[in-house]
Amino acid sequence: MTQSNSGPAKPGPSLWARAQSSAIEQLHIRLESLIVLLVLGAIMSVLSPYFLSVSNFMNIFLATATIGVLAIAATFILGSGGLDLSLGSVMGFAGVVGAWVAVTAGLPTGIAVIATIGAGALAGFVNGIIITRAFVPAFIVTLGMLGIARGLALVINNGAAIYGLPPAMVYLGQGRPMGIPMPVIIFIGTAIVMHILLAYTRYGRHTLAIGDSENAARTAGINVSRLRLSLYTLSGALAGLAGLIFATRVNAGDPTAGLTYELTAITAAIIGGTNLFGGRASILGTMIGALIMGVLQNGLNLLAVQSYYQQMAIGAVLILAVFIDQWQVRKESRV
Amino acid sequence: MTLLNITKVSKAFGPVSVLHGVDMSVDRGEVVGLVGDNGAGKSTLMKIVTGMYTADAGEITLDGQDILGNTPGERRRMGIEMIYQDLALARQQDVSANIFLGREPEKKVLGMNFVDKATMRREAQAMIDRLGARLPAINRPVGSFSGGQQQSVAIARALTFDPKLVIMDEPTAALAVREVQGVLDLIRQLKSEGIGVILISHRLNDVLSVTDRIVVLNHGRAAANLTTAETNMTEVVSAIVGSAEMDHAAAHEARG
Ligand SMILES: Nc1ncnc2c1ncn2[C@@H]1O[C@H](COP(=O)(O)OP(=O)(O)OP(=O)(O)O)[C@@H](O)[C@H]1O
Ligand SMILES: [Mg+2]
Repeated sequence: MTQSNSGPAKPGPSLWARAQSSAIEQLHIRLESLIVLLVLGAIMSVLSPYFLSVSNFMNIFLATATIGVLAIAATFILGSGGLDLSLGSVMGFAGVVGAWVAVTAGLPTGIAVIATIGAGALAGFVNGIIITRAFVPAFIVTLGMLGIARGLALVINNGAAIYGLPPAMVYLGQGRPMGIPMPVIIFIGTAIVMHILLAYTRYGRHTLAIGDSENAARTAGINVSRLRLSLYTLSGALAGLAGLIFATRVNAGDPTAGLTYELTAITAAIIGGTNLFGGRASILGTMIGALIMGVLQNGLNLLAVQSYYQQMAIGAVLILAVFIDQWQVRKESRV
Repeated sequence: MTLLNITKVSKAFGPVSVLHGVDMSVDRGEVVGLVGDNGAGKSTLMKIVTGMYTADAGEITLDGQDILGNTPGERRRMGIEMIYQDLALARQQDVSANIFLGREPEKKVLGMNFVDKATMRREAQAMIDRLGARLPAINRPVGSFSGGQQQSVAIARALTFDPKLVIMDEPTAALAVREVQGVLDLIRQLKSEGIGVILISHRLNDVLSVTDRIVVLNHGRAAANLTTAETNMTEVVSAIVGSAEMDHAAAHEARG
């Protein structure tokens, strides 16, 4: 996907089709989602003069960071033909664990950071074990974990948030090296690493292969259940990272953090071109999807739309995105 | 010299007993036909050889070494390749991704391993050219290919890694006449290179023309082990349908 060796340019496919196929091949993204992002941005800048300001852009990225990291997790899981509905709850759970370790137990920031991500990874590992060893469908296991992790988050401090994180930890959420918010740096850094992992390593290719055809992967000698287990653990760890970003940004381990975030994260991944049924996924696409969700939320905030309606809008966008995807699949009559 | 040796292999799926102590062997450079009715257990036996299913009892050796304890991936690395009846392709991935699935060549960049896509594409193209397969494009998802084109990809996948044994489960089912001849030529070529081949097919004419030996499975038992040069269609058919139904089958053959 780096060089084109197709010889002299042939007439034939339309400019649009060629632009699209090269965009998909080079960057693994959907052109449509990029256009939606630009159009959405244009509409917002007309509706609100504040939208186009630099500080608002930072706001959008900042607001997208948590969702973006969860969406990256959703991209891997959906790409592998799986599903993780526990992302938002695990994120909330991990944030409370981190705050508990740092504040209540008074341990150093380094340990609190590891504990936060580790708590997420552990929840994901439990998901993975039950899915791969007990053969309970991912839908059920992660729906159950959605309830369990949220319950645990509430149990740890009797439903109250844990405030007063140490400054070193707060820096992760509120620091601005060179004027760029730390959450944005963490988000972009995670996206780059995960993009390379997905697109350029055996791990990423095998992830898409098991989502495409578990049977094909198995006959090729891939250890499918071990790979799935590691993917759910990775997903949990990323949810933990999202929990870390959120907790350090608001300077609290809030047990209600991340409520319904899985909805937004999965929506972002699907808008970005990830196949709901596995086999196709791209981190760059997901980044665009996450930004679309961020712009949408930010714009609705600027327009002072109540959050209840925002929730409805996100739900509607999810259904619409899957509809468009399925409609295109049927139109091309593949699969 | 014996390449693959299957001894007294049995297999049941829950209460359904499918294989009852089957014996079979393949020498280097030998082409063995495996025939039998629908549901006789041919695919099941071969999936036990590749490790997709586990045997309930029995022993399988490759070059004298017991392989039943090895994973499917290890058995591939030991030289066992199979073209599955359902092809087992990843439909949304392109030709090179399918051919190299599970064995992607890697290159080191900054001490980390990355998949070497350029090498994959080049070698996949070379393999497709060698097979003389006509594919629309090597970088398209194989799900968009015709059945015969997909079959070519599955064959290419089995031949790219210098196998010792190639198992073909109905490799010609979706192919046009000329492509069928291509596969039969390919089998002869593999034989000349000292590779063992097991061919499962319902096209008995093809089996008779390309194999050295024919093993007939009947309700999970090896009902016959025939030397191809010394047998004929009638004998093979009677072994397939079993003696009880022989009169009926003979009548059918007579009718043509
Ligand atoms: N995974 C499975 N679970 C349960 N039963 C199975 C399974 N695979 C095969 N069987 C049964 O085992 C028997 C043998 O099947 P197999 O696929 O080995 O037959 P075959 O000889 O390859 O037939 P065909 O010529 O139709 O391909 C059949 O009765 C089938 O129903
Ligand atoms: Mg079969």
